[in-house]
Amino acid sequence: MIKTDILIIGAGPTGLFTVFEAGLLKLKCHLIDALPQAGGQLTELYPKKPIYDIPAFPEVLAGDLVDNLMEQIKPFEPGFTLGERAEDIEKLEDDSFIVTTDKGTKHHARVIAIAGGLGSFEPRKPPIPKLTDFEDRGVSYMVKNPESYRDKDVVIAGGGDSALDWSIFLADVASNVTLIHRRNEFRGALESVDRVKELKDMGKIKLITPAEVIDVNGNGHLENVLVRKNSDPKEDFEMQTDFFIPLFGLSPKLGPIANWGLDIEKNAIKVDNSLDYQTNIPGIYAIGDVNTYPGKLKLILCGFHEATLMCQSAYQRIHPDKKYVMKYTTVGGVTGFDGSKKQAPKAVVKSID
Amino acid sequence: MSPDINITIIDREGQTHQVKAPTDMAMNLMELVRSYELAPEGTIGVCGGMAMCASCQCYIKSETPLPEMEIDEEAMLAEAFYVKDNSRLGCQIPITPELEGLKFELAPEEV
Repeated sequence: MIKTDILIIGAGPTGLFTVFEAGLLKLKCHLIDALPQAGGQLTELYPKKPIYDIPAFPEVLAGDLVDNLMEQIKPFEPGFTLGERAEDIEKLEDDSFIVTTDKGTKHHARVIAIAGGLGSFEPRKPPIPKLTDFEDRGVSYMVKNPESYRDKDVVIAGGGDSALDWSIFLADVASNVTLIHRRNEFRGALESVDRVKELKDMGKIKLITPAEVIDVNGNGHLENVLVRKNSDPKEDFEMQTDFFIPLFGLSPKLGPIANWGLDIEKNAIKVDNSLDYQTNIPGIYAIGDVNTYPGKLKLILCGFHEATLMCQSAYQRIHPDKKYVMKYTTVGGVTGFDGSKKQAPKAVVKSID
Repeated sequence: MSPDINITIIDREGQTHQVKAPTDMAMNLMELVRSYELAPEGTIGVCGGMAMCASCQCYIKSETPLPEMEIDEEAMLAEAFYVKDNSRLGCQIPITPELEGLKFELAPEEV
């Protein structure tokens, strides 16, 4: 069991900055994120794109903003559970919570801060009606254990980096790899595109373009896929295969949080914006893009503000008997849990003779 | 001030809406749909208009001349679902006076 003061769900910019504000109040944080790395949308969707509305940063790349936040919160030693999705929540008698991930990791905290952005990033599934019938029976949306494809026939669909990279990797493992994409052009790193072309010329990857998989069939386990070439039903053909791996990237879904009994409006969690961004469940807060209230704007800078006020409320909840007086970091400095201390240098006063 | 133009939008339930669209507010078709709340929040414009999701995919139903597709839009549509020959991403089409009379339909939501 992981124990912390504030459990933050979502390691995007708002979740990361919460660690700093909580740290100033001597509260420890732990973050859960479904993605394998911190940064949320900024890292996953647009790390190389510039942002122009972060106060005092005329221009900053999304990836650099995340790097800076990680640097800023380092003294407060946040814990991370990455690559796992927050699944269940349980409220204990003492009003604390246990949050369990899809992989069974348990976290115990007095305060939950949902900073889930647009939701957890889930694989995009092509709209093939029978697809879900074959999940884990030949159809999967990510490659977890490459060895399970050894000496098998594999069909991969998609035109981005993950489709290219896994085709290249599995070409050495599987007996046959077929890559199917709707266009002749691929959107991926140039080296990967070149490598796939080489492997195609060597006969190690079969390339079918422009085409798409429109149906899947089998008896219990996947046996074949129906491929449509050139969007022309007359060119449909069946292809035998053991596995079908559609790799169409990730898209965010609110996911299990939607079933936690929170008030939801317009795919977002309703909070009290007149006070502390608390949800209808005391002790659970929602900050950043995931929340909604009258006049809500989904901006990083608003998430930072919400995180700051939320931490004050969390402090009162965790220390009901204490009174906290806000201190400027310039006055009080920043004392990390790692023993580091940052402080404004003292002005030296010297008399003039 | 530039005058508003007329645009017809068919929502995901098949309902037709005639709306006025401003040409002087740097808006695009995705934002137009959101401003009239013709699709629930969170189901359109998820990536904010970066051509990085396909939640604002629409089918163009008129002969209105449109700006050429740029590489980002083309790449995203290559990975989107329910794509047809007349598919475009609403976020990549700015509202200009040339769009007067445009008619488009929202593509189904990915689930």
